Amino acid sequence: MTEQEKKENKSVYGDAPEDETIESHTLAIIVDNEPGVLARVIGLFSGRGYNIESLTVAEIDHEKNLSRITVVSTGTPQVIDQIKHQLGRLVPVHKVVDLTVSGPHVSSEVALIKIVREKDKHDAAIEKAKAFDAEIVDVTDESLIFEVTGDAQTVTNFINIMKPMGLTNVTRTGIVALMRGPKTI
Amino acid sequence: MTMAQAMGSVQTDTTSTTNQPEPAKILSGAQMVIEALIEQGVDTIFGYPGGAVLPIYDALFQQDKIRHILCRHEQGAAHAAEGYARSTGKPGVILVTSGPGATNAVTGLTDALLDSIPLICITGQVPTFLIGNDAFQEADTTGITRPCTKHNYLVKDVKNLSNVIHEAFHVCRSGRPGPVLIDLPKDVQFAEGEYVPKAKASTHMYQPQTKPDMEKIREAVALIAGAKKPVFYTGGGVINAGPQASKDLTEFVKLTGYPITSTLMGLGCFPAHEDQWLGMLGMHGTYEANWAMHDCDVMINIGARFDDRVTGDIKKFSPHSKKIHVDIDPSSINKIIHVDLAIVGDAGQAIKAMMDVWKEQNCKPDHDALHAWWSQIDEWRDVKCLSYNNSSHIIKPQYALERLRHHLAKSGKDTFITTEVGQHQMWAAQFLPFNKPNRWMTSGGLGTMGYGLPAAIGTQLGNPDGLVIDVAGEASILMNIQEMSTAVQYRLPVKIFILNNQWMGMVRQWQELLHGERYSSSYSESLPDFVKLAEAYGGIGLRAETPDQLDDVIERMLVTDKVTIVDVCVCQSENCFPMIPSGKAHNEMILAADAKQFDKKLV
Ligand SMILES: Cc1ncc(C[n+]2csc(CCOP(=O)(O)OP(=O)(O)O)c2C)c(N)n1
Ligand SMILES: [Mg+2]
Repeated sequence: MTEQEKKENKSVYGDAPEDETIESHTLAIIVDNEPGVLARVIGLFSGRGYNIESLTVAEIDHEKNLSRITVVSTGTPQVIDQIKHQLGRLVPVHKVVDLTVSGPHVSSEVALIKIVREKDKHDAAIEKAKAFDAEIVDVTDESLIFEVTGDAQTVTNFINIMKPMGLTNVTRTGIVALMRGPKTI
Repeated sequence: MTMAQAMGSVQTDTTSTTNQPEPAKILSGAQMVIEALIEQGVDTIFGYPGGAVLPIYDALFQQDKIRHILCRHEQGAAHAAEGYARSTGKPGVILVTSGPGATNAVTGLTDALLDSIPLICITGQVPTFLIGNDAFQEADTTGITRPCTKHNYLVKDVKNLSNVIHEAFHVCRSGRPGPVLIDLPKDVQFAEGEYVPKAKASTHMYQPQTKPDMEKIREAVALIAGAKKPVFYTGGGVINAGPQASKDLTEFVKLTGYPITSTLMGLGCFPAHEDQWLGMLGMHGTYEANWAMHDCDVMINIGARFDDRVTGDIKKFSPHSKKIHVDIDPSSINKIIHVDLAIVGDAGQAIKAMMDVWKEQNCKPDHDALHAWWSQIDEWRDVKCLSYNNSSHIIKPQYALERLRHHLAKSGKDTFITTEVGQHQMWAAQFLPFNKPNRWMTSGGLGTMGYGLPAAIGTQLGNPDGLVIDVAGEASILMNIQEMSTAVQYRLPVKIFILNNQWMGMVRQWQELLHGERYSSSYSESLPDFVKLAEAYGGIGLRAETPDQLDDVIERMLVTDKVTIVDVCVCQSENCFPMIPSGKAHNEMILAADAKQFDKKLV
């Protein structure tokens, strides 16, 4: 927006913030494991046009009935901030931690990768997979399925390498993440 | 709900001979609703029947502890419940049917969410086995209302029902209050189960922090005591904290001698007749309040949320101040404006704690600095930002409100003001004095036209001896005019004071000032005769066309014993000032006298 345009703002709302850098953040959210809780969390994103790059959810404490949701979201710092505030306001949400700002963390995801047909390349694929510690979890005459675990970048790298090898199907879990060191969350 | 399941069946202990536990009460789902509402202290509910709630209406018919107010539209029921809640401090309860009943209530729920009003909304739903079948009057109520309630429940098993209702009340009033919806399929209303009394209901893990951190309170007091140009910036949170919070705030502010302003939602938390009161702040706030906010060195925000109608341009918002923010909702803190000291907790407890520390440490404000600050404020006050050009032949809306204020003061009655949305709302906020909390019901966050009349009905029901006036615009009032019938049916002497400018005045004002005077669809080519309209409903209609008729009409209005519409024919072209244009700072506000210049600058 130019200075001139800004002076002429005719909106009942103020000016939009200046363009800011887009950042990717990993959020850990502890919630009550109850019907609709995932819809509530996701609804906050979709209803406001926020991005979800990856989402994982599973129960982590049966006794206390808690689930942990890991969301990777991208947006301007302002948008990320708003996401956290809105999440924190939900009744079944107990804790929202931005792992990207709260210190170093480890993150990991699992992918299953299916390779078919180009049989002559299977051996080469198996060879390459060793470097990634990828496991073969299914084999037929015409196909292979690898299971690879690692951070998102490693998984992406592995997929890229497998593309010319006859890769036909990919499924990824999305990342789970934990803070490094003795700190919890 | 899983919490409820966990403690669903309470077994009778057969081995013990003494202290026989009370036998479990077996009730139908519909009876449980009534029982739980009674236990929660509810005596009035607002609603509208339909197929999916008939069992509950049947149960209502067979009891006499809860009074049901039949509104004429579910939106009306929701706003009535809001007015009831806002003026009594108790949660408002509405009961509506599935599908259209639920969707009609959505505006009211959203309104309550934005203004932090505790509501319980019970919606009927098609039987569980039909959910998802596109059955008659089926709507995905929990899906639709998820983003416009604080929380919602779909109860699919009667054994969870009573616990869910108790939990819903807990959620709607704890922490930052808000609307909570319970969707209740018809088969669950018929089904029988064991009633879980309130005392045995599981408290949800939802336990928001209400007690402020004392270390931070002491830090805040040190900042407050050391201020040279302080200002209290208060909001609806103080009202929500209960009347004692307003009393304590008043005492604390008087102890300090500091100036105080408040948001639209906070009006009444500090008496407007006190010298330290600067008036409302924000887009149509007073010159002195906005300048004080801009120039202050310590800002004490208690229960307000830096709404965009209040801050103006956030980059230029109060650039030189240290900011303290007390809020019960941690997610409101540092959401819009970065603050220097954040205190999470109930406004009332925080005020009390700050005052105790202030007294204990025998704090004294810096008298010289404060004296200079007040001289500066007096200069701003001398601008007389609310002045307007009166007329002897045409009623100025501001003049109408000044006369209303005069007659209200004379009557000495405990007065409750509700409003619709538009210029009249802002003028009411500027010109009417609010000296006590819970006397001002307005749609702040959502700005819902059509709020005022049903809210007045709810307010009157909660305060049978109060004088309740809806300051209205002729466009807004038509949005829920059907509630006239409700007022007539329950003999509620609500007064509707229409500032009739024949325009959607607020829209017209923006078009005049910012859209080159192109008045696109903001004029009502045809309007009803409001006097006849009032009479047609069975109420009283009065009209004032010239300034000299005003006093008489107001006097007559104040003594009517039925719902009364006063059609005040006001100047069509009047604009509401002061005004902070978008993207401008507090110190760039436009006064009535500058309006001409404003035109040229921006159009
Ligand atoms: C339900 C709804 N629709 C539209 C608006 C936008 N709006 C805000 S003020 C206004 C005009 C209100 O006119 P009136 O009630 O006559 O009040 P006045 O401004 O003239 O005092 C409109 C259309 C709104 N606030 N609410
Ligand atoms: Mg109007």
